[in-house]
Amino acid sequence: MPLSLLLAIILVIAVVGYVLGRQRALASAGGDSRGLHSLPVYYGSNVLLSVIVPAFGFLILALILIPVYIDSHVSSMITEADVREGSSLGLVMAEVRRVAEGLDNAVQIGAMTEEMASGARADFTDMTARLKDAGQVITGDVTVNILQAAQEYRASSKMLHTAMVVLAIVIALAGLAFGYTRTDKDFRARNVVEKVILALLIAAASVAILTTVGIILSLIFNTVEFFRIYPATEFFFGLTWSPSFSGRGGLSELGFVPLLWGTLYISFIALAVAVPIGLFAAVYLSEYATPRVRAIAKPALEVLAGIPTIVYGLFALLTVGPLLVSVFGRDGLGWMGGASSVMTAGLVMGIMLIPFVSSLSDDIINSVPQAMRDGSLGLGATKSETVKQVILPAALPGIVGAVLLAASRAIGETMIVVMGAGAAARLSMNPFEAMTTVTAKIVSQLTGDSDFSSPEALVAFALGMSLFVITLGMNILALHIVQKYREQYD
Amino acid sequence: MTDASAPTPIGSGARQGKHATSLYAEDARTKKRNAAEKRFQAYGIAAISIGIFFLVVLLVSIVRSGIPAFTQTFIEVPVYLDAAKLDKNGNRDPDDLRKVSTFGYAPLIDNAIFAAVQDAGLTTEFEKAKDMRAMISASAPAQLRDYVLANPSEIGKTVEFKILASSRVDGYMKGRVTRESVARDKNIDAAHFDLIDQLVETGDVERTFNWDFITGADASESRPEQAGIGVSMIGSFFMMLVVLCLSLPIGVAASIYLEEFAPKNRFTDLIEVNISNLAAVPSIVFGILGLAVFIQFAHLPQSAPLVGGLVLTLMTLPTIIISTRASLKAVPPSIRDAALGVGASKMQAVFHHVLPLAAPGILTGTIIGLAQALGETAPLLLIGMVGYIATNVPDGIAAGFLSPNSSMPAQIYEWSKRADPAYYERAWGGIIILLLFLMTMNIIAIILRRRFERRW
Repeated sequence: MPLSLLLAIILVIAVVGYVLGRQRALASAGGDSRGLHSLPVYYGSNVLLSVIVPAFGFLILALILIPVYIDSHVSSMITEADVREGSSLGLVMAEVRRVAEGLDNAVQIGAMTEEMASGARADFTDMTARLKDAGQVITGDVTVNILQAAQEYRASSKMLHTAMVVLAIVIALAGLAFGYTRTDKDFRARNVVEKVILALLIAAASVAILTTVGIILSLIFNTVEFFRIYPATEFFFGLTWSPSFSGRGGLSELGFVPLLWGTLYISFIALAVAVPIGLFAAVYLSEYATPRVRAIAKPALEVLAGIPTIVYGLFALLTVGPLLVSVFGRDGLGWMGGASSVMTAGLVMGIMLIPFVSSLSDDIINSVPQAMRDGSLGLGATKSETVKQVILPAALPGIVGAVLLAASRAIGETMIVVMGAGAAARLSMNPFEAMTTVTAKIVSQLTGDSDFSSPEALVAFALGMSLFVITLGMNILALHIVQKYREQYD
Repeated sequence: MTDASAPTPIGSGARQGKHATSLYAEDARTKKRNAAEKRFQAYGIAAISIGIFFLVVLLVSIVRSGIPAFTQTFIEVPVYLDAAKLDKNGNRDPDDLRKVSTFGYAPLIDNAIFAAVQDAGLTTEFEKAKDMRAMISASAPAQLRDYVLANPSEIGKTVEFKILASSRVDGYMKGRVTRESVARDKNIDAAHFDLIDQLVETGDVERTFNWDFITGADASESRPEQAGIGVSMIGSFFMMLVVLCLSLPIGVAASIYLEEFAPKNRFTDLIEVNISNLAAVPSIVFGILGLAVFIQFAHLPQSAPLVGGLVLTLMTLPTIIISTRASLKAVPPSIRDAALGVGASKMQAVFHHVLPLAAPGILTGTIIGLAQALGETAPLLLIGMVGYIATNVPDGIAAGFLSPNSSMPAQIYEWSKRADPAYYERAWGGIIILLLFLMTMNIIAIILRRRFERRW
């Protein structure tokens, strides 16, 4: 039975429950809703919730646990001998899943009967031949054992799936019965319903925690896996980045330092563009600009923040890069080889960060109390002297926080560097050379058909972990500084 | 009485000397300070001008490079559907017709164009009909074949077709390709362009608005003239559906809990810290999360809009929570107090009174969050939305969520990676469409805010 049908059945049961619960409550009060403890809606909702919440909870749990159980159950059938040289249990399991899927398809198009597909005594060569006839891909890696594992996989997943469907419907009906029997005119339906809703609200709020936990777990597991194959010291202190794509590790040198250098260099250039422009713009907008200028210029700058990064990436790749080459390239000064360089990515990223710096600084400058400005102006200082000697020092911690936030954005930015910075990892001082960054390498190591077991793919998780730790540290520091500062004037 | 004996201030004589002429004349120091003031203001104006200049350059280069993608060159030519080639048995049997592959159709088009050229008396150095093939798209025979399979009765007649020109010809019409740039091109000669110039004069070749770019599917690397963004638009649509259906309820529920019910304790502090940190986590990290959890662990299909939607949901949740909380906070406490005062429970006060009043703000925040999600690319690269050529429109709703597809930004990225410069034009054109969507969403958000937001 498809999942959508099951969901529909449960929903129908729930709606029936709603109507029944409401009727029963009204009936118990003799048809007069004034005799009830709660409004009739709550009696209905109570039954509805006692159908839906346990049934859906069970379904979610089952959908997560069943594959885990089947995997561990089936993989225990696979012997050492099935795992070939250079392969892994994960790959063999993928093979098992594919064969199982092939059997399903073969049964569906009628190339095989159901008994034949699940028969324990089925002839191996006959089976593979029939599978091939049915248009299913069967590689030479399929052994008798794998075929049997696939059959077991099918059988147990089918059984568990049926069990899940039956149990879910039983639970829904039990919920209906429970909610229905509880319904009575003195039953405190509203309190119960509100408690359930509160629990759902808390669950929704916990998604944020779950996400963080998910991020950390998925990074840690794979990073640990990576460090098991590849020494951590070589990763953190290695000066060369040259993954080999053909072999299975061994020859790859996966040093973090050149990537970190590229990231920091590009971010530095981006900040060198964004911070002065953003800061001056913020000062002008908050201290000098007439309301009309402010009403036009502020949203115009913020449009820059609303443009997706893919647009900036394309701008770097196709407009800024060629422009820089025409000035600094072979025909001009001769410093630049190709269109993608640290400068290209840095400049464009700087443009992207201008509104980020300017609107954060604008908020902070605006929150400096007016009394401080008035005091300074009253002493005869000009406006610019007030800004330089009173407002900026007072706003400095906040501005530092804003710059840190911008820096963490720059370090985590992906599309601009993927498209504008180049692919070669290099330790060089020349800003017109192509370099690469942590984020760009995460993308290039994880796109394509990687099997998550080679160090070349797993290194991306270690890179992601480093990126996560660096940006998280900067964010926490920045938020801390900004908050501490805000409290001073509140 | 002490006035007389009061000592003259030290240096007053010197100062009087300085102001000997007029108090209004600026001294050197004042001049310097005023100049500094002027300079400082000029820096500010310069900074804003640079920012706006960048914006203008960005927009101009998008529009200038993207507009050509919306027109396409077509060759109008009458094609004789030769029965001897298309239907050898002569019985119009659909199965027999299907046996003729596109290779059988290509010569018909070549001959048709060659005949048209000769009939019009155009001068050309080409002597063989086969030389005409460089001017037409590789997709043209398929177009002809589809037509014939749909209308078998037309075989043996001469039918007027509007055939897609090849990308080189299209580039020549748009000024992207010049005679010099094809000097070493194996696919086409400058002589073809001479012929095109003459065909333009006779009206057989023209550029028209290209609906296929907006509604069509992506094409293979060698056929940029055929590529469109329509299918990936559908992918984006399904993704946004997932994001909307998940992030709006979850985000609103979480905000209601945090803003209205949460006691101040460690658990709620933990949630708060988490939300503010998640808002600043690089988007690529969410891609890693999606890859590890949804694809590696849960075995959901790669490149599916469902997975993309889930990842983007997690990414936009913090944005939606933050804006929803702000609009809940803006509802004055007197509303809650009044509701509680007439006997509503806390839950009723929130759901019946506070939430409806905060709805415009929540909606605005959600639309802005969706706009952000629509333009996001980096996490989608990791879950396999790139490298997949989206050529088929998903059949049905379930397939829309589960079968592999691309999304608008991923499609643009894909085009920008391809070798043929004709694809760059498509990428810019795709950006125009993407930005139009974002602009519409933001304008709706602004209108909602202006129209419905109340200030207390």
